[in-house]
Amino acid sequence: MAPHICQLCNTSRAQILRPKNHARICAPCFIDIFEREIAETITSTNLFQPGERIAIGASGGKDSTVLASVLKTLNDRHAWGLDLVLLSIDEGITGYRDHSLDAVKRNSVEYDLPLKIVSYEELYGWSMDQVVAQIGKKGNCTYCGVFRRQALDRGAAMLGVGHVVTGHNADDVAETVLMNLLRGDLPRLGRATSILTSTPSATMSRKETEADGGEVTITNVKRSKPLMYAYEKEIVMYAHYKKLDYFSTECIYSPEAFRGSARTLIKNLERIRPESILDVVRSGIDMAKLVPNAEGHPKGAAEAVIRNEVEDEAEGGCGGSNAKEVVSEMAQMEQKLRQDEQAEEAGTETEIKLPSKVLDGQRHDRDLKPDLPPEAALTTYVQGQNHDRHSQTDGQQLPSDIRTVPIRTKQEKKSSRKATRDAPVPKQRLGQCERCGYLSSQAVCKACMLLEGLNKARPRTGIEVG
Amino acid sequence: MAESSAPGGYPIPITVEFTGGLELLFGNERKHKVVLPARLENGSSPNISFLLGYLVDNLMQDERKDMFIMEDSVRPGVLVLINDADWELEGEDAYELQAGDTIVFVSTLHGG
Repeated sequence: MAPHICQLCNTSRAQILRPKNHARICAPCFIDIFEREIAETITSTNLFQPGERIAIGASGGKDSTVLASVLKTLNDRHAWGLDLVLLSIDEGITGYRDHSLDAVKRNSVEYDLPLKIVSYEELYGWSMDQVVAQIGKKGNCTYCGVFRRQALDRGAAMLGVGHVVTGHNADDVAETVLMNLLRGDLPRLGRATSILTSTPSATMSRKETEADGGEVTITNVKRSKPLMYAYEKEIVMYAHYKKLDYFSTECIYSPEAFRGSARTLIKNLERIRPESILDVVRSGIDMAKLVPNAEGHPKGAAEAVIRNEVEDEAEGGCGGSNAKEVVSEMAQMEQKLRQDEQAEEAGTETEIKLPSKVLDGQRHDRDLKPDLPPEAALTTYVQGQNHDRHSQTDGQQLPSDIRTVPIRTKQEKKSSRKATRDAPVPKQRLGQCERCGYLSSQAVCKACMLLEGLNKARPRTGIEVG
Repeated sequence: MAESSAPGGYPIPITVEFTGGLELLFGNERKHKVVLPARLENGSSPNISFLLGYLVDNLMQDERKDMFIMEDSVRPGVLVLINDADWELEGEDAYELQAGDTIVFVSTLHGG
C-alpha cells in the first residue's frame, strides 16, 4: 500500500486516521490539532475564568495524565493564567492505587504542578481494602463512589479550589448516554452531557460565599470535563506520541459492571463507524434538552447545569415551591441515585431503605398492570408533580405533539409518593451533616451513614494483654 | 512454527510491543522480538492476522486471550500501530509484515 501523505502539512507520512472525520495526518499535526480542539472547547464554553484555581482530578491513568499535560501546555501557550494543581484520591487499594499514585507523583514532577493526595484512610478512617475485607466484594463500589465524590470536593476545598476538572472523554460520555438510555434514566442524561456541572449553592449564593471572603466550602465546587469531545483513541495516541507516562490497569475490585456492556457496544460501533461516538454524545445533548427542568420547561443541557436539578421532578409531590426544600431534596436524591448507580454498575443489589423502596434497581410500581407495554412504566413529571393517573397506564401511546420526554428515575418513590400525596410536604432544609459538615439534607450525610455501618461492625483489633 | 529458510525468502524478524496493560498477558514484558517464517503453509506471506494467532499460540502466558483477541482480529479497543502509524492506514489485518517492522499493540480498555 502506497504510504499516505499528511492531509494537513502535505509533507510527512500520515500516521493517524482520525475517527471523527477519517482525516489522515502525521503525528506532529495530530498533536497540534488535538491541542487546538481542546483549547477551542474550553474557550467556546467559557469553561475557565482567567486566574482561576483549577484542581485536576488525577488518577495516574491515561485520561487524567493527558488532561494534565494538555491543560498545562495550553495554559502556558495561551497565558490563561490558570493556577493548576493535581488532586489525587487514594482509596487505599493495594496493588492498584498505590501504583497509579506513583504515576501521578511522576506527573507532578514532570509538569511542575503541586500535588495533593487525599486518602480515604485520613478522611474516613477506612481504606477500600479494609472496606472490602469487612463487607466483601459486593457493594464495595457503592462505598467507593460515595466516598470519592466527597473526597474530591473536600480535597478541592482543602486547596481552596472551587473548580475540579476530570478526564472524562467522548467515549465515556457516549457510554453514559447509552447506559442511561438502556436504563431509562433520562434525568441523568442532562448531567452526563453537560460539560460543566455545579452544586446548587454555587449558582445560588455567590454573594454569600464572597461575603465569607470568597472561601471555598465543600458545597460549592464546580466540576467540568474539558476532554468531553475527545476520542479515547486520540487520547491514547496523544499520550503515545508525546511519550506521556501513565498507568494502565483495571481496579482489582471492579466486577462485571453494567458500563462494561455499554462500552462493548460503543467499541463495536466505533469499529464500524467511528464518527458514531461523537454523534451519540451530540444525540445525548439533544435528548437532554427535552428533559423538563423543575419549572416544567425543557432546558438546554449545554449550559451549566445545576447538578441535582433534574432529580427534583422525581420527587413526587414536593411542589418545588421553596427553593431550599427543592435543593435539599435534590441533594438527597443525588446521593441516593449515585449510590444506586454505583450499585447498578456493580451489578449488586441497591440498598433497601424505607420509605423509598428500590429492589435490585427495579421499579416496583404497584400501579402498573403486568400486561401493559413497557412504555406504561413511564410517568410524566411536570412541575414536580406525579401525573401517574394521567399517563399511559391505560396502554395508550404518548401523543406525538408532546415535546417533553417522560422521565422516571430508577428510584422508586412509590411509598414515599403515597405518603407525600396524602401527608403534608416534609420540610427538608439544605444543611450540613452534623458529623462532617458535608452538604446534606439529612442530619447525617450518606458517607457518614455508610461509615457508621462500617464502624459498628468493625472487629476490635489489638487486644492488649498486660 | 518452523522458522525454516523455505524457498521464497528469508525469515522475517520483527519487534512486537505491548502497552496499556496488555504486557500483563505476555509475561509483563513490553518488547518482544519475533521471527516469522517467510512463507506460510499456503504460500502467502505472513500478515497481521497471522501474527495475532502466532502471538496467542507462542507468546501469550495468560489464559485471558479475549483481552487481546476477539474472533479473528484484535479486540475492539486495542490499537495497532505498524511502524508508528495507525494500522488502518496500512491495511489492518491484511498488512504483510516486513523485516524490521515494529508492531505496537496499545490497549485503551482501562480506567483513565
